[in-house]
Amino acid sequence: MNELKAKPIYLDYQATTPTDPRVVDAMLPYFYEKFGNAHSRNHSFGWEAEDAVELARGQVASIIGASSKEIIFTSGATESNNLALKGVMKFYGKKKPHLITTVTEHKCVLDSARHLEQEGYKVTYLPVQQNGLVDLEQLKAAITDETALVSIMAVHNEIGVIQPLKEIGEICRERGVFFHCDAAQAVGKIPLDVNDMKIDLMSISGHKIYGPKGIGALFVRRRPRVRVVAQITGGGQERGMRSGTLPTPLIVGLGKACDIAQNEMAEENARIMELRNYTLNRFRERLADIYLNGDEENRVAGNLNISFAYVEGESLLMGIKNIAVSSGSACTSASLEPSYVLRALGVDEELAHTSLRIGIGRFTTREELDQAVDAICNEVERLRDMSPLWEMAQEGIDIKSIEWAEH
Amino acid sequence: MAYSEKLIDHYENPRNVGSFDKNETSVGTGLVGAPACGDVMKLQIKVSAEGIIEDAKFKTFGCGSAIASSSLITEWVKGKTIAEAGAIKNSQIAEELALPPVKIHCSILAEDAIKAAISDYNTKNGKAEVEAAE
Repeated sequence: MNELKAKPIYLDYQATTPTDPRVVDAMLPYFYEKFGNAHSRNHSFGWEAEDAVELARGQVASIIGASSKEIIFTSGATESNNLALKGVMKFYGKKKPHLITTVTEHKCVLDSARHLEQEGYKVTYLPVQQNGLVDLEQLKAAITDETALVSIMAVHNEIGVIQPLKEIGEICRERGVFFHCDAAQAVGKIPLDVNDMKIDLMSISGHKIYGPKGIGALFVRRRPRVRVVAQITGGGQERGMRSGTLPTPLIVGLGKACDIAQNEMAEENARIMELRNYTLNRFRERLADIYLNGDEENRVAGNLNISFAYVEGESLLMGIKNIAVSSGSACTSASLEPSYVLRALGVDEELAHTSLRIGIGRFTTREELDQAVDAICNEVERLRDMSPLWEMAQEGIDIKSIEWAEH
Repeated sequence: MAYSEKLIDHYENPRNVGSFDKNETSVGTGLVGAPACGDVMKLQIKVSAEGIIEDAKFKTFGCGSAIASSSLITEWVKGKTIAEAGAIKNSQIAEELALPPVKIHCSILAEDAIKAAISDYNTKNGKAEVEAAE
């Protein structure tokens, strides 16, 4: 444990990413020299900022195959998801008050859906299969004439699984239902094309793709046109869908991050995938009774979510203080509940308590992963030696056969 | 979450980890908690003919606070009579380790575990339950 104390290792790329230095360089001039308000129409300071914003808008549009006119800047994917769900339902809800989403969506989608329910809208929460993927037949069966919107995320933040977007898009388009996709974890990690995949709205985050925090975007399709009711009103910026002065430096950063991701995705993914497989193999070679949560094939390169049976996740994290990984998602790790996502997959509750999410990204090295695997395995072995459940398992006692007093 | 030095010390260097043969008549075993709730404690005491707890061992599946609580209570019960050990309160454990409010249940579990171990010992040795009661 002690030899790692000097240098912490960051393996939590699904929580956030460092801003790429190239992105920081692109942003810097827009804090001071080029500080204009992009909405100032009558002087060069404004024009300069507007040019930068429009270049970035094009860069964001390009990575998802959209037109720049379809990109609305927001403060991040949480706001984008709020705008997509509430904005669409409030516009179309009188005739079509039904929304479909899944039980494993990010909290900001689930919470927006709950708020809509409280206002009288109808929401269907689709279950997912054991591998984390949506059952397309269940989706088809859930769509009714009253359904306005289907909201399903592209890549899962906890378990990294990639949903069958193209198939979902086909189903939605055929039934005349809009398809919103939370792509916060997907942009720059998997190829996305909103036309090919028939996606009508897509949420994008800056800080998950080596861009700055506090910036995101929502793609809103123009043909066929999708209308949303603005959730933030004011000066009518962003075609009336999102008021507020555009934060030029952040937007430039998001654009640059998309540009880099688009150019380097193939190469970067191959490298990260190799590191991930290497890491998983090392865990499997050294430890028995470990389980990968979420589909192994349909999975983003940089995500491992592993249950280390018989070892409680929080105590494991405590023993590997210098390795930044997460147990459950960062948003819920303060609570003592096991992850709602793992429970939705049907992962046994005792296994759900034993999971770690390991996120590999642009700046991760093999040496860091070697150190992390060694430290995690050492700690798992130490904790298993003091785990009564491990002891019982070694004695051949089935833990499920015991009547536990749940508290 | 910031934990106290004592708690971290018990987590990093837990005392009395291990098991006794649960079939020995001098051994009392308490198994409390549930895997689905994220903590299970097994606490064992070895009692002398004079009714003194000579040794104690534990194994715990749970968070750092649960591990530290069980480690601490094994230290405390050693050398105590069964009645004295049964009188240990969870609040004493919580105070000693400066457990944050969300971790108080770990100390309750430790108290439950020692009571369960005493009860098991008494049952085995045909002693009345009252001896372990408060």
